[in-house]
Amino acid sequence: MPIIWSAYLSFFSAYNTVTPTEFVGLGNYLDMVRDPAFRSSLGTFVVFAIFIVPTTFALSLGTALLVARTRVMQSFFRSVFFLPVACSYVVAALIWKMSIFSGVRFGLANTILGWLGRDTVPFLSVTHPPWYWLVIVTARLWLQIGFYMILFLAALQRISPTLYEAAAIDGARGWQVFRWITLPMLRPTSTAVTLLLLINAFQAFDEFFNILSTFGTYPPYARPPLVYLYYTALGQGQDFGHGSAGAVILTLIIAIVAVVQGRLTGIGRAAD
Amino acid sequence: MAIVQDRSQRAGAIGRYAALGLGALLFLIPFYLLVRNALMRDLDLTAPDWYWLPPHWQWSNLQGVFDDPAVPMGRALLNSVAISVVQTVGVLVLSGLAGYGLARIPYRHANAVFYTITATLLIPAAVTFVPSFVLVSSLGWISTLRGLIVPGLFQALATFLFRQFFLSFPKEIEEAAQIDGLSYWGVFWRVVVPNSGGFVAAIGTITFIGSWNAFLWPLVIGRDPDSWTVQIALSTYLTAQKVDLAQLFMAALVAILPLLVMFLFLQRWIVEGVERTGIAGD
Repeated sequence: MPIIWSAYLSFFSAYNTVTPTEFVGLGNYLDMVRDPAFRSSLGTFVVFAIFIVPTTFALSLGTALLVARTRVMQSFFRSVFFLPVACSYVVAALIWKMSIFSGVRFGLANTILGWLGRDTVPFLSVTHPPWYWLVIVTARLWLQIGFYMILFLAALQRISPTLYEAAAIDGARGWQVFRWITLPMLRPTSTAVTLLLLINAFQAFDEFFNILSTFGTYPPYARPPLVYLYYTALGQGQDFGHGSAGAVILTLIIAIVAVVQGRLTGIGRAAD
Repeated sequence: MAIVQDRSQRAGAIGRYAALGLGALLFLIPFYLLVRNALMRDLDLTAPDWYWLPPHWQWSNLQGVFDDPAVPMGRALLNSVAISVVQTVGVLVLSGLAGYGLARIPYRHANAVFYTITATLLIPAAVTFVPSFVLVSSLGWISTLRGLIVPGLFQALATFLFRQFFLSFPKEIEEAAQIDGLSYWGVFWRVVVPNSGGFVAAIGTITFIGSWNAFLWPLVIGRDPDSWTVQIALSTYLTAQKVDLAQLFMAALVAILPLLVMFLFLQRWIVEGVERTGIAGD
């Protein structure tokens, strides 16, 4: 329902109003595609996804493998890695921005750098080098690893022990077992996790908004699609026409990803 | 040979525990900072010297959080509780009923309805916040609890999961109940629900967490301070011109405390909720 209305609105010029009169056809779409800020928001998403998707995948799988093989204190470790799932992006942004990566001396990162005899680093106020990526990526890693670790753990537990026994009899060791037994058996989960990570990265908003904005203003760089859309549709201009066109474009992108996901993982088949 | 293997196994175990221990330490640091900062005085927190523990335990920060006239934290907590509770109950009842209907009641357009729901399931709600905002604002629901709650009352994902779950519910029990004279409605409430406790708890906890931590939608709808949720109140604090840092951290601690308590007692269901929602249809 909102999507249909959005498609309707996207053909009109609608500033500050939701009942527009001036029909502009595909004009809004052309504007969006031509708008360098919109294109750069897609670029920001790509850069962000290149950082976050493989790192989260590798670290959550690694953690799951380690936790799965632990006997003593297994539930302790599992709980510790899972605990950040209870935290919101706002709380994480707050800790990261104000305490760990605070640009002044009392921040944890700068305190440690100070002990090592280094200068303080202004993590969030410079763009060269873009330290803010470190802040954003680590915050999201902390929040997400536990979630995906649980998915990998569940999948690891479903692998039949007889497979491992057979591999042991055949003389397979460590890495070989992982490469030829564990990894192939995890494939459905791995595909699902990758696509979930991708879709979540596409929707990134909370931590960008809370870490990077100061005193109610947001820097012109590092605006992923939803942040861009937020400022277009709900910022000064209240430009719902362009905002709706943007929403339609993003929905289409997600839909394409989702269809590919359906083909790859067979969600549609499982539903039958 | 046996000894060599034994030794390398032990080395592996030590390495594993070292890696896990280091990881756990890194994961706990943010919680440590949160608690430490919340109980410090602002001047100690911003001092050039590092304190592992607050040199002066400032418990009055807790009072300060609720006394700040600029950020109505008490009201925000009430809003968050109301929104999360109503949304969780709403999702459980509506998606539960819809899922049961789709799984068990044969009617003409059941498949069409089901495919529409699965299609919307794949499009995350966040991406459509502009059109949803337009819709809600044309209803005049900006800055109201209705505007915050209603769009989250029905969840395609939960409906889908409930349907899958009910499909695997033993049909014989339901048929026995029907022979005893119960309608679909009666079977659902008296037979199916009482025997689905674990699943309901899993979906319920995960819905509650999502609702409590939601940010984008409350930001878009909650224009008026009276309609702020805890997350929006925190975010406003965070981007304010001047702020008492220690109090800010105390506010954050207050904001996550309900969920941490939930974690202590309900972790089992949360884990199950993650497993079920993470890989739908698996």
